[in-house]
Amino acid sequence: MSDIVLHVADVQKSFGGLKALTDIELEVEEGKTHAIIGPNGAGKSTLLNVCVGRLAPDHGSVTFKGHVLTGKHPYEINQLGVARVFQTPEIFPDLTLLQNVMVPAFAKRDGAFRMDALRSLERETELCGEADHILEDVGLYRFRHKQASSLSRGDKRRLELAMCLIQHPKLLLLDEPTAGMSRHDTNSTIELLKTIKERGMTKVIIEHDMHVVFSLADRISVLAQGKIIAEGSPEEVRGNPKVQEAYLGGAH
Amino acid sequence: MRKIAISDGDIQVSTRQLPPEGPEPKPITPAAKDWMLFLGFAATVLTMPIWLQPLGAAYPDLLQKFAIFGIFAIGFNILFGLTGYLSFGHAAFLGVGSYAAVWSFKLFTMNVLPAMLLGVLVAGLFALLIGFISLRRAGIYFSILTLAFAQMSYNLAYSVLTPITNGETGLQLRGNDPRYIDRAFGVESVGLPQTNLFGIDMSGYPGFYFCAAVLIVMFLIAMRIFRSPYGLKLRAIKSNQNRMAYTGFNTRPYLLGAFVISGMYAGIAGALLAVTDPLAGAERMQWTASGEVVLMTILGGAGTLIGPFLGATIIKYFENIFSALNEAELASAFSFLPPPLQEFAVTIVNPFVGEGWHLTLGVIFMVIVIFLPGGLVEGFRRIGRLFRGRSGKRTASQAEVQPAE
Repeated sequence: MSDIVLHVADVQKSFGGLKALTDIELEVEEGKTHAIIGPNGAGKSTLLNVCVGRLAPDHGSVTFKGHVLTGKHPYEINQLGVARVFQTPEIFPDLTLLQNVMVPAFAKRDGAFRMDALRSLERETELCGEADHILEDVGLYRFRHKQASSLSRGDKRRLELAMCLIQHPKLLLLDEPTAGMSRHDTNSTIELLKTIKERGMTKVIIEHDMHVVFSLADRISVLAQGKIIAEGSPEEVRGNPKVQEAYLGGAH
Repeated sequence: MRKIAISDGDIQVSTRQLPPEGPEPKPITPAAKDWMLFLGFAATVLTMPIWLQPLGAAYPDLLQKFAIFGIFAIGFNILFGLTGYLSFGHAAFLGVGSYAAVWSFKLFTMNVLPAMLLGVLVAGLFALLIGFISLRRAGIYFSILTLAFAQMSYNLAYSVLTPITNGETGLQLRGNDPRYIDRAFGVESVGLPQTNLFGIDMSGYPGFYFCAAVLIVMFLIAMRIFRSPYGLKLRAIKSNQNRMAYTGFNTRPYLLGAFVISGMYAGIAGALLAVTDPLAGAERMQWTASGEVVLMTILGGAGTLIGPFLGATIIKYFENIFSALNEAELASAFSFLPPPLQEFAVTIVNPFVGEGWHLTLGVIFMVIVIFLPGGLVEGFRRIGRLFRGRSGKRTASQAEVQPAE
């Protein structure tokens, strides 16, 4: 049996009277891709937000490799090796692509704070080369001196992915990484995510696009109205009548 | 494919790790460009007494102010230009630097170096305290907190702290000040002593060259900060602070660092004000003074290297030259016109000079903010692009490949 990297235990979260998450139990194995699917408003993004410290759960805990994540600052969670791709791309719009990718590389190398005010950026050739390679991997190398705000939405997502990948995170959380992408871009992103899997990175992915989910996921949890209603391998989930009901008949 | 070198303002990282895909013209490296900029800046500053002659601004008092407020604005820009945090209380650090310097003159020695050191240290500590509290909030709340602190300092300097600040009269030198270090070395002076740098009097042109030397050093430090990983991270905070947190950075110490550095720049400027004229008054800390450095930075171009100095020079020039013009001088300036027209021109221009110089400044500021949000430096860049014109344009459009949608 492989190790459990992320363990979400008995998590509850409500906003006012609305129960967004109830009794969530989730275990993600090392090196696997775990997909969380579910209809709109099922609580998928809330769950990810609890994992990265953006929201504090009302009850329960999230542990990552033996570290309790609940109550930690987002930057502390990142320094433990958890990176996140957001639903709307969170990049540095005023910086060039190269700079966008270099900044996370500094966080990985130097920690949460380092006063390097008199060091020259030009001496960072090693990080710069690494950043160039990552940009090549995601197919954005030719825009490396462009301002990030000039990118298309799909390219911004790929840039954000590159910003996470350069940190070599142990766990990568992806919130709809292919939303807003053309079919062609979606396929290339799937290929990219597959190569990361070969490198042994654990991933949790939220996705609407079933094509993406079934191409990537080793395991799927189905979330509906804040509860996990099914969990299993892609084949098991595909055949589960509860899942079909949640997707097809859950709109009433 | 041609390698695209699109300048993004001040920070450029170049790498030669991956081979270019075709022959490319040898570019000027960013480092060489920086040295050219630095040498150009130093030369411009040191020759100000010559090239400002025709503009009527080449007298030491005003030149000193150009350099001193240049330092103030360059430091302010490290906070505002890089992180986007707009402080409305930086004059407090200027004032504290002045008081500390004058106390150094009174207690220790008339040598300016200990005074500057004390000014920087005290202003830095003060900035650490105020920054630590104010940076708990961002945006407008941060601005208001800094404004409140500065106004508190100003009022304290006027009232409770009179033993230290000498209240309304301002802190001045006296013949009977202790000056322990000077006395220990047997330096005695008749009447009020002069500030000096190992015997060189710091008034007039020597005073200006001293300020100019400090300005050039401070410009070099600012340039290093702009080109450092730290500077890049500060710009990233300005661009998207949320992403910075999820990227693993604790942004608070970064911001506090920038705040303290800019406070120390203000402290140096304040100390230099005391060096060139050894008295310190509370009005130096008033909110109008804090607002002035904001104007200087935005007028010249926030986030650029030379913008703040440019803005400081222009504002100080207007303050001293335009405010000194009067109706008679205007009449003689328009004397080439026939009398009725001359009278008309004088009537129109008169409200904008003398007491009304603020009006001129206000109009200029409005024009800049509306048409050139990047300040005068952006204006120069646009003009530069116009001149480079067509030849550059064609290669750029060939190289610019739009991302596939």
